[in-house]
Amino acid sequence: MRPLAMLPEMLLLAGALVCLLGGSFTPRRRQWRLRVVAALALLGSAVAAVVGGASGPAFEGSFVVDGATTAARVVVAGATLLVLLLAGDEVAGDDRESETYCLVLLAATGTLVLAGAADLLVLAVGFLLASIPLYGLVGLRRTARGAEAALKAYLVGALFGILLLLGVTLLYGVGGTSSYPQLAGALAGAPLVPLAAGVVLVVAGVAFEAGAVPAHFWVPDAAQGATGLAAAFVTTVPKVGAVLAAFRLVEALPDVLAWGVLVAVLAVASMTLGNLAAFAQDDPRRLLGWSTVSQVGYLLVPVAVAGVSDLALPSLLVYLAGYAVTNVAAFAVTTALPDVRDLSGYAGLVRVRPGLAVALVVALLGLVGTPPTAVFVGKLTTATAAWDGGMAWLVVVVLVNTLASLFYYLRWVAPALRRTEPAAGLASVRPWSAWTAGVAAAVSVLLGVAAGPLFAALDVLPPG
Amino acid sequence: MLSLTIFLPLALAAVLLLPGLPSAVVRWGWVAASLAEVVLVGVLWARYETPAPGALAFEEQVPWIPGVGSSYHVGLDGLSLPLVAMTAVVFLACALFALRDEDRPASRAALFLFLETVSVGVFAAADLILFFVFFDLSIVAMYVVIAGWGHGDRARSALTFFLYTFLGSLALLAGFIGLYLAADPHTFDMVQLARQDPFAGGGTAGVVVLGAILLGLAVKTPTVPFHTWLPPAHTDAPAVGSAVLAGVLLKLGTYGFVRLGMTLLPDAWRSWAWVVLVVGVVSVLWGVLVALAQRDLKRMIAYTSVNHMGYVVLAVGAVGVVGGSTAQARSVAVSGAVTQMVSHGLVTAALFLLAGLFWNRSGTYEISAFGGLAGPAPRTTGLFAVAAFASLGLPGLSGFVAEFQVFTGSIAAVPWSAVALLGILLVAALLLWTLQRLFTGEAGPASATFTDVRAHELWAIAPLLVLSLVIGIAPRALLAVVEPAAAAVVAVLGG
Repeated sequence: MRPLAMLPEMLLLAGALVCLLGGSFTPRRRQWRLRVVAALALLGSAVAAVVGGASGPAFEGSFVVDGATTAARVVVAGATLLVLLLAGDEVAGDDRESETYCLVLLAATGTLVLAGAADLLVLAVGFLLASIPLYGLVGLRRTARGAEAALKAYLVGALFGILLLLGVTLLYGVGGTSSYPQLAGALAGAPLVPLAAGVVLVVAGVAFEAGAVPAHFWVPDAAQGATGLAAAFVTTVPKVGAVLAAFRLVEALPDVLAWGVLVAVLAVASMTLGNLAAFAQDDPRRLLGWSTVSQVGYLLVPVAVAGVSDLALPSLLVYLAGYAVTNVAAFAVTTALPDVRDLSGYAGLVRVRPGLAVALVVALLGLVGTPPTAVFVGKLTTATAAWDGGMAWLVVVVLVNTLASLFYYLRWVAPALRRTEPAAGLASVRPWSAWTAGVAAAVSVLLGVAAGPLFAALDVLPPG
Repeated sequence: MLSLTIFLPLALAAVLLLPGLPSAVVRWGWVAASLAEVVLVGVLWARYETPAPGALAFEEQVPWIPGVGSSYHVGLDGLSLPLVAMTAVVFLACALFALRDEDRPASRAALFLFLETVSVGVFAAADLILFFVFFDLSIVAMYVVIAGWGHGDRARSALTFFLYTFLGSLALLAGFIGLYLAADPHTFDMVQLARQDPFAGGGTAGVVVLGAILLGLAVKTPTVPFHTWLPPAHTDAPAVGSAVLAGVLLKLGTYGFVRLGMTLLPDAWRSWAWVVLVVGVVSVLWGVLVALAQRDLKRMIAYTSVNHMGYVVLAVGAVGVVGGSTAQARSVAVSGAVTQMVSHGLVTAALFLLAGLFWNRSGTYEISAFGGLAGPAPRTTGLFAVAAFASLGLPGLSGFVAEFQVFTGSIAAVPWSAVALLGILLVAALLLWTLQRLFTGEAGPASATFTDVRAHELWAIAPLLVLSLVIGIAPRALLAVVEPAAAAVVAVLGG
């Protein structure tokens, strides 16, 4: 059994329960204590992940602790901590404060279950554990937009959750096992049509969690309608678990069909659609929402060559880490300026808030993949992995999409750098968010410059 | 020592950004920082000893991303040292030129020092990823320069510039990945790649990879037909921005032709040579013909840059044509290409700073708004005349040394490339005509308020022209550094 193998997940779960129960007994002005509890749970989880060292399969092989799981645990904990910092302004003193922390921790737990799942049923459990708190998080702000976003997320999530379960059923039906290590052998002689249908359905379910095509509809609405904290969280953290889950699944499948091509098609569709849709957005959050759809496309690139290129897994992990901090930095800028809800509102930001403007530029150019940020290293290595895995065409698509994405990021950067009279909404700045933006932007550059140690750290992590 | 030269400007930029520094301290601080950089480069030049072929002087290597075979690897040779020196001089000229400009001096100085670091970094880089990092950051910094300190329709010009050159850099990145994967063991290290020559023996893969790299460099250089971003970027950039853009950043493209194309992919280079040659000839002629039609002084200078970069492209193309000539003639062409890069950097920076003079005084670049300036502004007239003569290749100035070598080497390899000589003739006509329109004849509407060049402007522009004169009269000092490297390139290219 080795239950301690899942200690990081258990710590998060315990933190969530303490937040939920403690919230009922803590006065509203003192709920920051629960934020500390949540932060401690996350820190403890990250530390347990690094020093735990209990690698190998756990729970009868249904969950696997390896380098990828460890990296995911650290990235999820780190990104969630950054998101939690945003709470200092946005939900402090709110009547849903403790519930927010509880939901965030539960969703992070679910993400980690997804990341380490080595069994189709555990994958389904992880999906539910990760997605149900998301609906709540998206709907926490009781506005019309928030309600719409929550409903959309819930309907899309419910639909794709059912599809995922259907896919699991199909695969179990044709293979007679749900455990990844046995999947390759069991499915090798399976009839192709139900096998393909099952894989497509499972991948579609995972795509909801990742916010990728074809299950991306909820992402822009959630990014726009939810609180900044929830938007930053749901567009960043679940992707870590979902993309890793997709990676493990593709790796476990028998070599009877070109699964990589299936993933590559989803990747191309996500990055292209996300970019095209982001062109016309004027709301920065919605623009970022579409940008995360395109980013998932890039994140799926190494998944397409899972098991073919040696570089696929390390490059994916580096990209995930880089994406997580950079995306949080971009969202943190939007929460730092709560009164600005369109791009022109950023006009003159560099004059009143030069630090925040620099953070914004670093975050957005980082998302483009400008060196030396971490996303650049991720993009470079994932593209190399794809080419190495025989998908040079995918590299061309990635580069063309990168160029296209530059256009809409610059639509946001340009007014921020303009030396006009500062727009009215720039007067009120939330300090916690502004600091978070600066820290996250700095980390995204540092991770890029220190990419060598980062890769080295991935090498030392216990193998699967 | 070399790393110090690369990162000193960046470190000093951070100092200049300290809050509360008075504007004068910042502006003089920028000059001092640029001067320190020139001194450092001077020391490097004095201590430079030609390295063995395929090796680098002042080499420094630290593992960076060992997982993908990339390291922080820098070094200089006869191709890069002259360009590093030219870069340091041009940036010092810009610092001096902007000495009386009070427009957000701290962030401007920091930005230009950052740009200086990345420009020197590109020339010194001996690792493809490091090269790309600096290359891409130069685009970002220049975008901010145009968008932040430009005039006119600067937002649009900056956007065009960024999108267009970013396209180029992505094509370059694709080529780099191709090189990396072809090498065994995989590496991004230029020295190792040159030694391995992963695409030896030709084959389509090498041709495609070089095609991507050439596309990226052609956009950056820029050559016809990828030059359309250049004129708007120049017109709307501030004078110092234009000087750096034309003087230094364009060289990143032509330097890449020699450093990446010819050295790393020699076989594929020979396959592409004719295309490169034709693009060079077309750029030479197209650039000057379009320049003839310009009414805007800055646009005109921008198009002469297309023409001048065309000579470089022509030369490197001719070198790749197999069996055309002796190794010595081809070596002369490469050496001419490098000399042209240095010469153009100095002269065109001077021309753009002079154009900035016109804008500062009258807010227009319309050539027809001026006339008869020789009377009220004799020193400006002198500077402009020298710069124009240097640009058109008058013997005794650097342009002549460069173009003479370019044509000697190219015509020996491909006789019909002599058609590009027509370009020299047309540039001469164009510049003399411009000189006549600006400085002689009736005074134009903007001539009345035109004041002559001021001390800091003179100190910015004159040294550039003096250096051009020095290279023109005594080219030995420069060529002694360049020629061994040029011979090494030709040896690699073979055939």
